[in-house]
Amino acid sequence: MAVGKEIRTQIASIKGTQKITSAMEMVAASKMRKAQDRMETGKPYAQRMRAVVGHLANANPEYKHMYMVEREAKRVGYIIVSSDRGLCGGLNINVFKKAILSSKEWADKGVAVDLALIGAKASGFFKSVGGNVVARIRDLGEAPSIADLIGSVKVMLDAYSDGKIDRLYLVGNEFVNTMVQKPFVSQLLPLEPEENEELKHHWDYIYEPDAEELLDGLLTRYVESQVYQAVVENAACEQAARMIAMKNATDNAGDLIEGLQLVYNKARQAAITQELSEIVGGAAAV
Amino acid sequence: MAMTVHCDIVSAEDSIFSGLVEMIVAAGSEGDVGIGYGHAPLLTALKPGPIRVIKQGGEEEIYYISGGYLEVQPSVMIVLADTAVRAEDLDEAKALQAKKDAEAALSTQSSELDYSLATAQLAEAAAQLRTLQAIRKNLGH
Repeated sequence: MAVGKEIRTQIASIKGTQKITSAMEMVAASKMRKAQDRMETGKPYAQRMRAVVGHLANANPEYKHMYMVEREAKRVGYIIVSSDRGLCGGLNINVFKKAILSSKEWADKGVAVDLALIGAKASGFFKSVGGNVVARIRDLGEAPSIADLIGSVKVMLDAYSDGKIDRLYLVGNEFVNTMVQKPFVSQLLPLEPEENEELKHHWDYIYEPDAEELLDGLLTRYVESQVYQAVVENAACEQAARMIAMKNATDNAGDLIEGLQLVYNKARQAAITQELSEIVGGAAAV
Repeated sequence: MAMTVHCDIVSAEDSIFSGLVEMIVAAGSEGDVGIGYGHAPLLTALKPGPIRVIKQGGEEEIYYISGGYLEVQPSVMIVLADTAVRAEDLDEAKALQAKKDAEAALSTQSSELDYSLATAQLAEAAAQLRTLQAIRKNLGH
């Protein structure tokens, strides 16, 4: 007798989905390891770079590099880092929300906003939401290299040098731990001086070779390294978020299966009981 | 005992060295620079070449970097290296081969050859060799 055939097919189909999500969870877990390693190895450089540039912004140089001069904002640029793939919970949408919130503040003041998008998800999102996209890059893969990013970073740096944009922000995810990823917005240009009492007095570096050439190279490298670090960190966040999302999906599938199994068993038992009572009733009638 | 200052050497791939040093000697863009405690603030580009680190107590270590930047503050020195390797890991045979290849590329100068690329490769190979020679001299005495 075919009791609850529909329920059985449903259980089988959910089991299939569960297998996929649990496989994705394991894949994400192993990829997260590697992505985290990449993030950790790059971190000291990015931090020291930030420290050097923080010192530099405190100096009182004779030559003021363009990246150090604060201009009145007429147009601002955002570099938004996202992942290439979905199924990673609210990771990307949180970043976009943060970016939109921050850019809306500028828009309310009548300041135009330019966007440079990293990752396929950002491209898709801002295509539907709208926004002035000046550069986009996608399909960076799991091990992004600085060389891949230089193009879109240069678009923004050139725009800044030409006076087309007066501020440059970076939006991405910060890897707090496996469970928590926090979206952030940080200002890349102009440089923000680091709070440091020691450096408050009037001083300047000795530059070798001359300041212009040196700062050009150093500050370009600074921006590139910060963007690269954000991309690598975002990759680690993506895998962590996916792992958690897939773990939740697997657990939910398990709950669903359990509920359906109970309904199925009850239906089967009811059918057996009914059959028995029919037989007994039939025998009694004879 | 000599005065010491904190020094960090980091590359994009790793943190190479962090600790107190008496002096470091690096290949600056305008010539070699030796920097000790209390040096005036300095920012300089670095050429490919060895960095000699004289640690607290006089022990020496040599690293090879293929370019980068050096920042000096009275209290801290930071080397932002493009790539840094512990000089012991350098392979002399490889460096010699690279130098030979670069020289050959320069001398043939076929039409499509990127002259500046070849020159950069040559400079790098020569710098690696210089690093190795410095180590050898160090071990010799």
